[in-house]
Order: sequence, then C-alpha cells, then structure tokens
Amino acid sequence: MNFWTDPIHVIYQGLMQTFTGWGMAAEVAGILINLLGIVLMITAIMVLDIFLVWIERKVVARFQDRLGPNRVGPWGIFQPFPDIIKLVLKEDITPAGADKWVFNLAPILSLASVIFLWAVVPLASRIYGVDLNVALLYLVASGSIGTLSIIMAGWSSNNKYALVGAYRMVANMVSYEIPLAASLLIPTILSGSMSLTNIVNQQAHGVWFFFVSPLGALLFLVAAIAELGRSPFDLNEGESEIVAGFHIEYTGMKFGLFYAGELLHAFTFGGFVAALFFGGWHGPWAEEYPLLGAFYFVAKAMLGYWIIMWIKYTVPRIRIDHMLAFNWKFLTPLAFALLIVTALTHRFLMDFPTWVYVPGMFLSNVLVAWATLEILRGNARRERLAAEAH
Amino acid sequence: MTLELFLFFTLALIALVTAGGMVFSKSAVYAALNLVTNFLSVAILYLLLDAPFIALAQVTVYAGAIMVLFLFVIMLLGVETLRAEFDWKKIWLQAVLALALLVEGFVMLFQRMGQAANLPFNTASVLTNPSEMAKVLFTDYLLPFELTSILLLVAMIGAIVLTKQVKKRSL
Repeated sequence: MNFWTDPIHVIYQGLMQTFTGWGMAAEVAGILINLLGIVLMITAIMVLDIFLVWIERKVVARFQDRLGPNRVGPWGIFQPFPDIIKLVLKEDITPAGADKWVFNLAPILSLASVIFLWAVVPLASRIYGVDLNVALLYLVASGSIGTLSIIMAGWSSNNKYALVGAYRMVANMVSYEIPLAASLLIPTILSGSMSLTNIVNQQAHGVWFFFVSPLGALLFLVAAIAELGRSPFDLNEGESEIVAGFHIEYTGMKFGLFYAGELLHAFTFGGFVAALFFGGWHGPWAEEYPLLGAFYFVAKAMLGYWIIMWIKYTVPRIRIDHMLAFNWKFLTPLAFALLIVTALTHRFLMDFPTWVYVPGMFLSNVLVAWATLEILRGNARRERLAAEAH
Repeated sequence: MTLELFLFFTLALIALVTAGGMVFSKSAVYAALNLVTNFLSVAILYLLLDAPFIALAQVTVYAGAIMVLFLFVIMLLGVETLRAEFDWKKIWLQAVLALALLVEGFVMLFQRMGQAANLPFNTASVLTNPSEMAKVLFTDYLLPFELTSILLLVAMIGAIVLTKQVKKRSL
C-alpha cells in the first residue's frame, strides 16, 4: 500500500503517527483528523465553487455568442476574485422590517444544504466521506432543508416580491421532489441498495445504469433541474413580475451565498447524475489509482453540469400552471409507470446473462417512452378535434 | 465522559430548549422553526442509535415535507403572531391529561430502565439496515403497514373531495 493506491489511508496513518508522537491520545487524534478531513473537503468544494462562477459565465457567453470574462488572468479565469471582492465590500443591508435571525440564517442554510450532500458522494474507490446505506434518502432530506431555507428567506425579508418568489420556488421544489424520489428508486432497484458507493460499484461489473434505464436518467435530470430552480423552471425570479424572487432583499456576500449555493447545487446534481447513471468514478485504471478515479468523477460531473447549463441557456421560462401541470399530469405518472415497469422487467430478466438483460431493460424503457408519446399524441388529437367541433 | 454521552446531552438540551421554544414563542413562524430544530436534533439522536433510515425519514417527512407545508400555510394565511391568551380555567382538563401522560412516561421509563426492548425481531440489524427493515415491514407487519397506507389514502381522497367544487344541479 502506497500513496497512489490508497491516498486517504496513507495520509490518515501519517497524521496519526505525528499526533500521537506529540503525546495525543489515539481517540482524540482520530476525531481531530476527521475534523481536518471535513474542513479540507469543504474548502476544496468552495474553491471549486469559485471557479464554477467563471465556468458558468464563460459557458453562457459561448451559448449567447459572446466572449465572456476575458480580462483578469488567462481567459479571464481569475474573474471570480474581483467579483468576490466586490460582493464583500458591498454594503450589507438588513431591511427595516426584516426578521434579523431568520434573514441571516437563511443564506447559510441554503449553502450548507448543498455542502451536506458531498458527505455521501464517492469521489473514488477509497475516497468518500461516509458510506451511508441510505444515501439517496439523505439526498432528499438535504433537499428539504434547502426548501426550508428558501421559505425562511422569502418570509423574513418582509417584502411581497420575496414572499411570492419563495411561494413559487417552494411549490416548484415540493412538487418536483416526487418524480425526483421516484427516479432515485430506479438505481435503487437496479443495484438493490440505497448506498451511493454500492450503486457505483454495481456499475463496475455490469454496465452503466444509463444503458439499462435511459428514461430513468432523463427523468432524474428533468426533476433535478426543477429542484434546482433553473431555467426552464426558474419561476422564482421572473424579472418582469417579481424581480429577483426570494433573494431580492439580500445584498453583498449574503446574496453571494445564495448564488454560490445555486451553482454548487447544479454541479452537485451533475455529480449525482454521473454517480447514479454514468458509473461514477469508474474508468480505465481508476480501480488501482483512486486519484485518477476522482478525476474521472469530476469530469463526468462537469459534463452533467454542462448539460444542465445547456438546457438553462437554451429553453425559455415556462408559466407556473404549465409547470405544475407538467409535473402532476405528466412527469409523476410517467415516473411511477417507469418504476413499476423497471421493477417487473428487472425481476424477470435478473437471472439472464448480461447480453439479454441490458437490451431487455433498454427495450422496456423504449416501450414506456413510446406508449407515453402515443398517449400524449392521442390526447392532443382529441383536444384539437374538440376545439374544431366548437 | 465519552464523546457519545457528550453528544447525547448536548442534543437532548437542544431538543428540550427548542420544544419549550415551540410551545412558548409568540410568533407562529418561530414556533415552527423551533419545531424543525427539535426534529433535527431528534434525528441526530436516531443517528447516534445507529438508525440512519429512521433519522433521515424523520428529516425528510417531518422537518422537510410537513413543516414546509405548515410554514406555507402560516405565511399564506398571515397568522404569524399568536394571541397571547393563557387561561388556566379553559385548559384544566388538558393540563390534567398532560400531567397524567408525563407521570405515566416517567413510571415506564424508570421501570424499564436497563432492560432490553422485548421485540420479536433483531433490533440491531433491522434498525441499521434498511433492507432488513423492509423485510420485517413487508412480512410480519404487513397488515398494520397496509392499514396505515389505506388510512393515508382515505385522508388524501378526503382532501380532494373537500377542495372539489360541487356543480350546482339544475332541477
């Protein structure tokens, strides 16, 4: 065992020897090293978050046929730092009628609910926070803390726009949590576990779950985008109606925390798409060299993040009644139908070899998609005929 | 004092203080937020007992879904401030019943202290492992489980019936 095959363990042993050498009890040293690991992990994520600002601005510029930030550093890569200096130096205003405690707590909770998620993400074969056996439930639980932070921000601002923005955002998040949870159950059925480590490991021996359940991956992506409140589901900030939505009263770094949380949330969901459906950290030689696996994972997460950005900057915002109807009348029934079909086909094809199992599962997904399209087409035809008959 | 004991007492203190805050706070929103904190500290207590599934179900269902809906309704109706009336004459029956419950709880606690819970399944594996829990839930306890789900379904249908607009029949 050396650094390249198991870096975390080697570092842990090294630190343990150093600390006990200073006369520290082994138990205390263990807790201290774990705390150090948590601080290091959060710092790494926050540094990544700083560069996500640059990535987001550069990508949106390319989609809109502009250059984007290009003055500070090569390709404008240090642009986020002036941004942060600006945010920190801005006047920190708490509105007169605002509820100070809740107002100041909301942005912290918003960012924290995203950082929580990284505790269960397996970055590589032996690099992860905890191997929680209910990691997917943990994802949903963190999401509900995020919802709470938004409703707190909207209410405490003492602003009607903020409150309406929070209502919209919460209605959005609460309703899309249902297809999100249903699509999370698909990898659970396929792997027989709710632990992310197990789900990723299952995809090492067989194939990526994307090939087994492409429709499930698509459902998860759509529900995740709605959960993020990104375009086309960004009803929380209609400039012409409610200005900036729930964070309208936030200035300086408090706004910065919401913004950082949103970007990091998008990247995190990119990571979850990668871990649940695209094999996580798996790739050539990733098993032997965990750092290479971490690189693969971040690359796949970036690809997922890029797709989320692509959708955001391509599709315009949809109306709230359309959004809710899309969820309750289309996405939720489809998610449950797919869940039932996946469970049944998985059970029937479980004992067959891979070359029967994978095409069979793929075909069942295609069938569900085809049936959905047929039903939609039939409904549209009936509506058109009824309209013409009038 | 071990770390676990220290964590337990800290969490217990938070849970008690927030429970008191929930009952005594004048603002409905503060009461709800206190209750959320209480739920979260109880969830961490479940984690200390090696029961991650129950802990996270607690966070998702109570702190997440139910309290978000509570807050939603409180803010929509604009009933943030509660009336600060407190009249012993009106609530003497409730007070007596609550006291009886408290005494009963303490008696049970001191009687059963130190005894292992007498349950027909292996608590350690069932609480730690969600698939073991599912096995118990869907075999030995299928009937109560299904009855609960029917109860929830009835509640859901009731909500739909209540909100559905009745068409006026022309005679």
